[in-house]
Amino acid sequence: MADTPNYNDTVVRQFTIMTVIWGIVGMTVGVFIAAQLYWPALNFDLPWLTFSRLRPLHTNAVIFAFGGSALIGTSYYVVQRTCGVRLFSETLTKFTFWGWQIVIVAVAITLPLGITQSKEYAEPEWPIDILIAAVWIAYAIVFFGTIAKRKVKHIYVANWFYGAFIIAVALLHIVNNIAIPVSLWKSYPVYSGAVDAMVQWWYGHNAVGFFLTAGFLGMMYYYVPKQVHRPIFSYRLSVVHFWALISIYMWAGPHHLHWTALPEWAQSLGMVFSLILLAPSWGGMINGIMTLSGAWHKLRDDPILRFLIVSLSFYGMSTFEGPMMSVKTVNALSHYTDWTIGHVHSGALGWVAFITIGSIYAMLPKLYGKKEMYSVPAINTHFWVSTIGVVLYIASMWIAGVMQGLMWRATNPDGTLTYTFIEALAATYPYYAVRLLGGVLFLTGMVIMAWNVVMTIRTEPGTAKAAAAEPKTA
Amino acid sequence: MDLGTLSGLVTLALMIIFIGIVIWAYSSKRKKDFDEAARLPLDAEQNNTSESEREGKGHE
Repeated sequence: MADTPNYNDTVVRQFTIMTVIWGIVGMTVGVFIAAQLYWPALNFDLPWLTFSRLRPLHTNAVIFAFGGSALIGTSYYVVQRTCGVRLFSETLTKFTFWGWQIVIVAVAITLPLGITQSKEYAEPEWPIDILIAAVWIAYAIVFFGTIAKRKVKHIYVANWFYGAFIIAVALLHIVNNIAIPVSLWKSYPVYSGAVDAMVQWWYGHNAVGFFLTAGFLGMMYYYVPKQVHRPIFSYRLSVVHFWALISIYMWAGPHHLHWTALPEWAQSLGMVFSLILLAPSWGGMINGIMTLSGAWHKLRDDPILRFLIVSLSFYGMSTFEGPMMSVKTVNALSHYTDWTIGHVHSGALGWVAFITIGSIYAMLPKLYGKKEMYSVPAINTHFWVSTIGVVLYIASMWIAGVMQGLMWRATNPDGTLTYTFIEALAATYPYYAVRLLGGVLFLTGMVIMAWNVVMTIRTEPGTAKAAAAEPKTA
Repeated sequence: MDLGTLSGLVTLALMIIFIGIVIWAYSSKRKKDFDEAARLPLDAEQNNTSESEREGKGHE
């Protein structure tokens, strides 16, 4: 189709389409379990539909199926264009796509069946873990093999971020999933007690740091300058904040284990590193947003750019909120409440999903030889529907979380608890309804996107330019 | 040498490395290379004519 002389865009198209599909699947599961929190009867008394089994399905689907497909797809697109060469190894490239899809389907079958390691964001059992490791190593060979045969002397900063993401995720996944199998679908981790918890959250937080941050910053460093038609604000800042970010993230994991059996010094260490993280995180945000400096008017005309820039605002917000929540005194209030859920979704929907959506809108027409998306007004509608959805989601969870924290810690003069747990739950009810509405809006945005993607692909190549010139209705 | 001294030396070494990276990144010698590098995503698809068209549209 639109392959620029020798680029392998087939695999990019495959991953891009699957990003949209898995996004809708994963977010639908999310909306369903949000509805279950409001109407518990929605589990229909079936074990496969209980919240405890569907929640990991939701997180795995949105992080690894939606986010993973987006990261692998865009990294293949970016690495070819910034290295000026075709992807290394056809066979391995195909294997990364089909292998990753098999992983996703296997996870989607086993988790509802109750087959799980019970490690958050690492629930799949050992046979799937081995396949993940194999796919990931193949991905690393394709990516670094492409860099090795590049025609351009310099390795562009986006590739540094993608590269750090690929290496770190391989390391995290393999170390955290070392387990002793006792049967085909049951294994026990080699770690135990507080060590197990620390390994898990070293993994868990770096999944945030490298999967959901470094990888998507790689995306940002290509698609933002591309869409603005200007080089990144400061290439020097990108170098400094890259090294600072990847060296500091590795140590922030213990903040997930505040006030637990983890040694106090480890908790404090995690807190200090989390606070320092603000600097390199905001380095990335400032670098992205300031790329627009002198061209702010583009934000008014270009809904794709709006997605990209607002994603950076959410990134800045959640990377301020995260260090704040890692302070032990704040954490004493926020931990185990819905504030955490709000924080995660401000990052996951506001940052990760928005930068992905913006990048796909920017890239998809080029992948299919079209001038632009079928409907630009629909991108604008998608933007506003999603933005309202995210705001409703995170605002309701902030309020609910702080309220829960305050109710749980309130004591009477005689030392007894002021509120029972069920009273705090009852008080949360209205906020669960608002959260559900926010989720439904975000999902609606994704459906609008899917329609736009299908229509863009279906438009005849010859008529694309003519159609784009005509005024359109959404 | 006790563990505390070792931690202190490691911290010092990491700080020196960090300051070294900053000095390297911001040295005037690197400016030309970095400016070229920053243009990589923009120069990659010169055959794409839609770029100039959209650029014009942005100034309406």
